[in-house]
Amino acid sequence: MATEPATEYSFEGPAAFEEEAKREQVAGMGPWRLGLRRMRRNKVAILFGLLFVLLVAICVAAPLWANKVAHTTSAENHLSDTITVNGKKTNVVSLDGVPIGPQYFKADGKFFLGADGNGRDIMVRLLYGGRNSLLIGITAAFMTTILSIILGLVSGFFGGFTDGTIRAALDVLWSFPVIILGVALGVALALGGFKLGPISIQGDSLAIPILVIGVVYVPYMARPIRGQVLSLREKEFVEAARAQGAGPFRIMFTEMIPNLTSTILVFFTLLIANAVLLEAALSFLGAGVQPPEPSWGTMISDGVERIATAPHLTIVPGLMLVITVLSLNVFGDGIRDALDPRAKVRLEH
Amino acid sequence: MSDGERLLEVRDLRVSFATEEGVVQAVDGVSFDLDSGEVLAVVGESGCGKSVTAMTLMGLTRSPNARFEGTAEYKSTELIGATDDKLRQVRGAEIAMIFQDPMTSLNPVQKIGDQIVEQIQEHEGLPDAQARERVIELLERVGIPRARDRVDSYPFEFSGGMRQRVMIALALSCNPSILIADEPTTALDVTIQAQILQRVRDLRDETGAAVILVTHDLGVVADIADRIVVMYAGRVVEQGTLDQIFYDPQHPYTWGLLGSITRVDRPRPERLPAIAGLPPSLADRPTGCHFRPRCPHEFAECANVPPLEARVEGQPDHQDRCWLPPDEKRVKREVTPGEIGLGEKRGAEAA
Amino acid sequence: MARFIVRRLFQMIGVMFAVSVLTFLIFNVIPNGDPAVRMAGRHPSQTIIDQIRKDWHFDDPIYVQYVVTMKKVFTGDLKSYFTQLNVNEEIRKGIPRTFSLAIGAALLWMFVAVCFGLYSAVKAGRFADRFLTIIALIGISMPVFWIGALMNYYLGFKWGIFPNGGYVDLTDDPVDWAYHLILPWTALAILFIGFYSRVLRSNVLDTINEDYVRTARAKGLSERQILVRHVLRNSMIPIVTLWGLDFGAVIGGGAILTETVFDLQGVGQYAADAVGQLDVPPVLATTMFAAFFIVLLNAIVDIAYAYLDPRIRLQ
Repeated sequence: MATEPATEYSFEGPAAFEEEAKREQVAGMGPWRLGLRRMRRNKVAILFGLLFVLLVAICVAAPLWANKVAHTTSAENHLSDTITVNGKKTNVVSLDGVPIGPQYFKADGKFFLGADGNGRDIMVRLLYGGRNSLLIGITAAFMTTILSIILGLVSGFFGGFTDGTIRAALDVLWSFPVIILGVALGVALALGGFKLGPISIQGDSLAIPILVIGVVYVPYMARPIRGQVLSLREKEFVEAARAQGAGPFRIMFTEMIPNLTSTILVFFTLLIANAVLLEAALSFLGAGVQPPEPSWGTMISDGVERIATAPHLTIVPGLMLVITVLSLNVFGDGIRDALDPRAKVRLEH
Repeated sequence: MSDGERLLEVRDLRVSFATEEGVVQAVDGVSFDLDSGEVLAVVGESGCGKSVTAMTLMGLTRSPNARFEGTAEYKSTELIGATDDKLRQVRGAEIAMIFQDPMTSLNPVQKIGDQIVEQIQEHEGLPDAQARERVIELLERVGIPRARDRVDSYPFEFSGGMRQRVMIALALSCNPSILIADEPTTALDVTIQAQILQRVRDLRDETGAAVILVTHDLGVVADIADRIVVMYAGRVVEQGTLDQIFYDPQHPYTWGLLGSITRVDRPRPERLPAIAGLPPSLADRPTGCHFRPRCPHEFAECANVPPLEARVEGQPDHQDRCWLPPDEKRVKREVTPGEIGLGEKRGAEAA
Repeated sequence: MARFIVRRLFQMIGVMFAVSVLTFLIFNVIPNGDPAVRMAGRHPSQTIIDQIRKDWHFDDPIYVQYVVTMKKVFTGDLKSYFTQLNVNEEIRKGIPRTFSLAIGAALLWMFVAVCFGLYSAVKAGRFADRFLTIIALIGISMPVFWIGALMNYYLGFKWGIFPNGGYVDLTDDPVDWAYHLILPWTALAILFIGFYSRVLRSNVLDTINEDYVRTARAKGLSERQILVRHVLRNSMIPIVTLWGLDFGAVIGGGAILTETVFDLQGVGQYAADAVGQLDVPPVLATTMFAAFFIVLLNAIVDIAYAYLDPRIRLQ
């Protein structure tokens, strides 16, 4: 047969399977418990989810590493220093400008992953950079989610002029390629900062990339949410609630949002992944995190400049980035399969 | 009435699926015969296995999580377990099917003429012009006005009833010996229903094809069927000729079905009689007689599975699965004088 | 159909206007601080700032500023205060390069994605599918500038299999032109292949379960015929729309990262260089052109979609 859809429910041991299904009383499970059950069977997704949590934890523990193992900070310059490797004294940055490669534990944990062109400890920068990149990614994803829920709900629920305006605004935003819009906003805000009423942000603050990335992704999430709200609006339970006299906000909170939760969850996970990648791209170009603050993107940018002499400067932060984003993607995929195996939730980049 | 050769012999057909909720036994030992020119109606509630039975005959239920047992012999070709190649020869040319929802059953971005030509070309390889002529002729036969113009239209340009006629034209395009109609009128207006059924019957008369009509509506069946198979929870609970089933029904479930038909020739009841309770989940069915939890006439023997047997004197073709002796059945089924029905089960609740 | 096209084009113009307004707002209004200072870049001198203020009418009301800005952009009167070069001229020089990159990559990714996606769907649940899914997931997890830089370094610089970046005009030497573009095409395609193959896989799996596919099977068609004539054709329709939009995005400057890494000197790299210097005029112009391109392609795609899907065309 050419078409054989995936199935884990095979006849090898149907009796055992039936036993298990009866025991867990699958037939009576609500969608959340069913989702959880499906999730539990997806060992790979869980594994990657834990991996992501582990990576976050490691980055959060950056100061620990910096103080206890590497004995330096992310900005400290060791250009003219020497360290002892296998009893021999070596320059951190050689006389012709080549920084040392990964030392692992050969130098008591210093320069675990090597040094960069300014003699800074790569491992320390990687962890602190991770803090920044992940902070920006997660916060921006959060911001996008909140904005998208609000806009999607209001637009889909109220329809008419409100819907038309919001849709038009989202369409305009959506007309810019993500990276270009990110770059434009990043450049514009980097110099003078941002001021809107009481909110005032400095040009080199981390809040700028958060704001930029948070805004840029809104159309990609608001539209699907709006779509779902539109179809939910026609469902009987909403009509029933309305017949009971529930006002629009009450309906949105009690009827709509619970039904949107699985979409939101999946999107949120994928958003973090994309946000982290976008931050890296923006920082790489210079429109994201501003030096001397480290981020994986700026590290790759520095690394590419010296790629001929010290490729590890590029490989290390990139690899870290890939593993982090990959674990999010696999986990997000797993959530999507678990909550609705036939969902069409996807984030257009 | 049957006048011709034995086309199909189904013996002890069983179909089960492995699903998230466990193993579902969709079809549990179904047997019946079909002769040419005959209209066989397969009747039952949603989920009783009638559609699965019909689709299994054409191999449309094959998948990695499906298991089949039993046989279905079509003109000395075994269908269950046939090779894909063999099955492809049978599909469309020997056995054709009309599906329930004509809107989704036709490819929305392909002209209807092309969709029918596709089947003709697959089996007969006619020159294009000839195939096209045949299609136009077919469309006219099923009653589509201005067929020559509309052969190049898309499905969405037709109404529901018209689309179903297109499906009928498609099904008949290669002169099949058996036409399977799976709930052909369920998705249509009641007014169109009669037209479609009329069409099916006329075409049966013209071509001599046999028809398997799958439906949940006994009323639809009364006009057109020769023989009736009543299914419940995957099993055949009664089968016989039209007259036998309507005038001498033997199984309580059949009584329930008959009793719930709204009749124009009787005074309106205060409440529409319905069969109390719900059909069992196919993953977890009662032991013994499946209908037992909903049957007001159940007794101790019903804990054992009743075999499908002919129990009425002089009616060897009339079989049922009820332990009650035939004379008791005659009494119990008359809920009011002259009216057949099931009656209320004491403490009637969902099974 | 003609009415649909006209309506769509009007809509397009409306969106372009909104885009121009938004771009203007982004650069001259939203950020805090003096727009003249911002325009002058990283290390401005007072004379330049004053000159800019006069040139761009920053002392005049906003709508005047808007008109002035738009006039500058569209009449080619835009100059970078950092490089002193005319912006429109630089963009024009970069277009054939960006085009070459975009078209090649778009065709490559479409072809590979369809193959991967279809194969994945057909073998759904089996090893081949899982393997391709992992590859796709890795593909969408990799930053294109990172993989591009590594490809350029190892395959280009170190092992010399491919040229070490740079661009050769198509008219000068077609073979060399392609040779220089193979790595950039691949790098840019990787992300899209990952994404599109999964979308196609999902679409195909959905379509396979549609009723009309069941009907096709009941007609006696072979699985291969069903796959190509019914499943693939119907699954591709939404993909073609997506493809059009992404293609527009790439041409419009979405390839900014790839161009930079491979030193192709296209429009994207031009923008990237300006970004690095926080040089506003080029970024302003490229942003607007990028969005315009997308809006234009959006309209074209909608019209093409209406043509492909008869349901829209005939209503």
